[in-house]
Parts: sequence; structure tokens; C-alpha cells
Amino acid sequence: MTSRDVPVSGVAPTGGLRREITDGLIVAGRNLKRVPRIPELAVFAIIQSIVFVVLFAFVFGGAIPLEGGGSYREFLLPGIFAQTVAFASITTAIGMTDDVNKGIIDRFRSLPMARSAVLTGRTVFDLVYQTGILAVLMVAGLAVGWRVRGSVPEFFAGVALLLTFVFAMSWVGVLIGLTVRTVESANQLGFTVLFPLTFVSNVFVPTESLPGWLRPIAEWNPVSTLTAATRDLWGNPNPYAAEGFPAEHPVWLTLGWVVLIVAVFAPLGVRRYRSMSR
Amino acid sequence: MDAITAEGLVKTYKSKSGVVRALDGLDLTVAEGTVLGLLGPNGAGKTTTVRILATLLRPDAGRATVVGCDVVRDAQHLRSMIGLSGQYAAVDENLTGRENLVMFGRLYQLSTSEARRRADELLEQFSLADAANRVVKTYSGGMRRRLDLGSALTGRPKVLFLDEPTTGLDPRSRLALWDVIREREREGTTILLTTQYLEEADELAHAIAVVDAGKIIARGTADELKSQIGGERIEVVVHARTDLARAAEIVGRDCEGDCTVNEHTRRLTAPARNGAQSIVQVVRDLDEAAIAIDDIALRRPTLDDVFLTLTGHAAELAPSDDDGPAPATQPAQDRRSA
Ligand SMILES: Nc1ncnc2c1ncn2[C@@H]1O[C@H](COP(=O)(O)OP(=O)(O)OP(=O)(O)O)[C@@H](O)[C@H]1O
Ligand SMILES: [Mg+2]
Repeated sequence: MTSRDVPVSGVAPTGGLRREITDGLIVAGRNLKRVPRIPELAVFAIIQSIVFVVLFAFVFGGAIPLEGGGSYREFLLPGIFAQTVAFASITTAIGMTDDVNKGIIDRFRSLPMARSAVLTGRTVFDLVYQTGILAVLMVAGLAVGWRVRGSVPEFFAGVALLLTFVFAMSWVGVLIGLTVRTVESANQLGFTVLFPLTFVSNVFVPTESLPGWLRPIAEWNPVSTLTAATRDLWGNPNPYAAEGFPAEHPVWLTLGWVVLIVAVFAPLGVRRYRSMSR
Repeated sequence: MDAITAEGLVKTYKSKSGVVRALDGLDLTVAEGTVLGLLGPNGAGKTTTVRILATLLRPDAGRATVVGCDVVRDAQHLRSMIGLSGQYAAVDENLTGRENLVMFGRLYQLSTSEARRRADELLEQFSLADAANRVVKTYSGGMRRRLDLGSALTGRPKVLFLDEPTTGLDPRSRLALWDVIREREREGTTILLTTQYLEEADELAHAIAVVDAGKIIARGTADELKSQIGGERIEVVVHARTDLARAAEIVGRDCEGDCTVNEHTRRLTAPARNGAQSIVQVVRDLDEAAIAIDDIALRRPTLDDVFLTLTGHAAELAPSDDDGPAPATQPAQDRRSA
């Protein structure tokens, strides 16, 4: 080797926020580079959501009455967006488990990088990636008759709310991904948690049509509050129970959920990461 | 000064089938700038040792330092001074070779341009320049292995941990890697290397430590270890199986020692106390008794013999249809046919 071959080792890791951000961005960039290399992942995520749109808009849609009228498709699409970002956590979980099993996490752990950059990098990547997926779905939504009737700021407020939820669910995915041993179980566990969450909600049917004992659960469910919030912001039909906190403050309630989920799952994920195989 | 020290390392793994004591009071020192070869049968605890020293695992008891840093307390600081290439390649399959190295360089806190330069240097050094812009998924096993080794060198570490670095490499890549290791050593890097190829340890390491069941059971230079288990031996392959017993008696008498018999290969082995003189005696007596032989040789013990004698079981690579001191490491053997 050359005379330039001086150890860089003398440089002590300086830690700090700047490192955390730089390293997080490097990890996020790594995940982004992988997207076009495994296009199936993005394609399936989009197809899955489109299948739900087709299934409900064209097959069951006619049978679901909307109190107060309005287009079922306009009602459905915000729910599909919320469902999509909730299910994104499964992708996160699978990605994390795969990284652990492939030894990439061990490689990262042996490097002098900021300690939780692997996780923050992943969640930042999820934000960018899901923004792309949402954009595609919105175009698809417009094609089947979904419309935004609110103002431009209201539209972006709705998008921002969806993205905060992406961030929160990403941390859920991180914890699941670091906890289970195989990609299959990450998948299984993800679906087991998320199917009830998205079906006992206002995504596909108005909560009124649910059995009485399920209704409060469905109304407080974060997926419902997110759906209701975006429907409200975008002027889409939102036949929510007329009274009650969830009906009156879906935006705040959603933000509350996001804060709560991040506050619980982010520290657990970071702790899990730091204690891995220790 | 010692670059690596370990005292009384204990590590247990809890699994469904019970508790495994992977390390059971392991002590180790590696002098700065030297290469230590860690040998041991499968499951001996080599990988566990490496993972503890590389800050990936926390020992249950005992303590270890690398370049003066405690592997638990100063782990974060230590990481900037070590490089690890684990038993299984740990690179991102969906990135190209260059993207992997640049990323690791950046995470070693190199600037982007430095990281790129370093990546190109390493790609060149590990003969991956042609494949640099291909996704790692399309690499062969040996190419991945080489990329992984390159990753370990990205930060120009003071201490390098290599867990079976040449497993899966073709002979040419293996020799090339040996050169890299020697070069790192010349540059003053301390290297801890685990291997199943005893020849490799013989070739590269200043000192060898044999680990079994989570403890170091022997340590020294290759020569010290070889002489520890005795001097030259005579090996005779008898032509007819029916002559084995008679031949064993003769060889045992001539060598004044225990003669081990392998029925399957018809091979007799005994210590050759008088060197070449013993072999002459054996040939003469066997001839007199009209016992035909296929082969006779005087050989010095190899590290295989050391390994087998010390650990009591065959190294994984030794063909199982043989009696052990099989020529798994042919070139290192000092075989003189009489
Ligand atoms: N994660 C784990 N969970 C349970 N047991 C483990 C784990 N990792 C290692 N072990 C056990 O610890 C012991 C030592 O394993 P280790 O991987 O250190 O051996 P090794 O010397 O590297 O073997 P090899 O030559 O096969 O690579 C083995 O008995 C192994 O089964
Ligand atoms: Mg091992």
C-alpha cells in the first residue's frame, strides 16, 4: 500500500447530533439506493393498495350505504391511504429482520457510527419512500374518481398527517423487525396486528354500521382517526358518529397517537438495537 | 505491549435446548503488530471470542481490552480502531461493491471524496475493480468474501479480526489474501485470525492458540506446538490387511513405542525415536517377515497432528474416512519418503 496508508483511527468518534444526522442520512441513502434494485417491493405495495381500491370501490362499494350521501370512492381513498401507511410498517419490519439475518446490522454495529443512526436512517427512508408510494396511489385515486375538495394548505396538511403516521408506524416496524427472528414471522406478526387495526375502523365502512361494542374501538383506532382527519381536511365524505371526541378532533387525536406511538416504540427499538446479541 | 488482552471470558448462550457455555474462562493476549492464529474445532468458541473482542457481544464475565480500550465500556471509541470480517460475509447484497465500500468508509467518518478514493483502492487490491459497479447479489461467494475483507480494512484499523477469512476462496484468492494479511502485518496491524486451515495458521501466524470447549488449551509458535506432541513418526502402509497385526508388532518393537493401527487404510503409525535409523530397521524387519508394503515414510508432525492430539477430535476438514493426520494440509507437510 501507499504512504497515504496512515491509520484514520486516531480520529476519536465525536458523537453528537451532527454525527447522528450524517450517519442517519447515509443509512437512509443506502435504503433508497436499494429501492430500484428490488422493484418488486414497491410494485407489490402499490398493487396491494390498488387491489383494495378495486375490491371495495367496484365490488363491495355498491352495497355499502353512506349516510348523508357522497361518493363511496371519495370516502374510500383516504382510508386506503391510511391503510397503506399502516401496512408500511410490515415492510419496515421485514427489512430490519432481513438486515439482521444478512449480517449487515452486525457490520453496522462494528463501525464507529452514531449509535441509533441505523434506526433513524431507516425511519427517515420510510418517510421518503412512502411519500413516493402515496403519490402513485393518489394519481390512481384521481383516476377512479377521488377528488380533493379542500384548499391547497388543507391538502398538504392531510399529506403531512399521513407522513407523521408513516414515521410512527415505521418505529413499530423497527421494533418488530429487531425482535422476531425470521422474515416470515415479521410478516406474520405484522399482518396479525394490522389486519384488525385496519378492518375494525372507518376505512371501508362507516363506523355506524359496526356492532355497538366495536364502535368505540373503531372510532378511537388511530387508523380511523387518521382517515377521518384526512377526509375532513380534503372535504371527502366522512360519516362519523356526530358526537364524541374522535369525531370532533380527529386531527389532534391522530397527532396524539403519533406522539404516543413514537414515545413508546422509538425508545424500545433503540434499546433493543443496543442490546442486540448482548 | 499487548494489543489484545482477554481475561477469564465467559459467555453462555441460552437456547430452547438449554444453556451452551461457549466460552469458559478464556484468556488471551496478542502482542502489538503480530498475527495470532486461533485454531479450534467447530463450536470451540472462536467466533464468540472474535465477536466479543469486536464489541458485538458482551461477555457474561471476564474482561477484554483491545488497544487499551475496554471492549464493553469503551466500545464506541474502540470501533474506530478495529476492522472485522466475520465468518459470513456482511455486505449489502443490493448495493454494488463500490457503494458498499463507500458507505462503510463514510461510516468510518471519512469524507465522501476520501471514502471514494479508499473504496477504489480496496477494489483494486482485492481484484474487484471489474465488478465494482455490479450489485453484490451477482457476486460469487469468493467475491463477496473479498468485498467483506475490503470492508474490514476501510477504516485502516489498528487491529483486524478475521474469522475464517479464506473459507470459500479459491487457491489463488487465498494466496492473494495471505499477501494482504502479510502486508497489513508489515504496516504494523495486529491481526487475530481464526481458521480451519492449519496450514494457513502455520503460514501466517506468529503465535497459535488452540481453543477447545471455550478455553485456550495450548499456545505457542507452530514449531513449539509440533515439538510439544513429539518428534518424527514412521508411517507404514501394509499391502495386505491380514499382515496388519504382525506388522504392528514388528513396528512397535522396532520403535519401542505405541503403534497405532488404522484397519481401514492399513496404515501403522509409530514414533521414530532414532529418526532415519528407525526406518531402516523397520524396512529390514518387515522384509524379513515377508510383509509387503505399499508405502513407508518418515514425517514430522503437522499442525493437524497437534490439533488432533490436543483436541482429541478431527478438524472439520480432515476427511472422515481417514484416521486423522490426513493430508488436509498437504503442502505444509514435511513428507520424506524413505
Ligand atoms: N446465538 C447462539 N445461540 C446459541 N448457541 C450459540 C450461539 N452462537 C454460538 N452458539 C454456541 O456456542 C458455541 C461456540 O460457538 P462459536 O460460533 O463461537 O464456535 P466456533 O469456534 O466459531 O465454531 P465454527 O468453527 O463452527 O465456526 C457452540 O456450541 C455454538 O453452538
Ligand atoms: Mg466460527
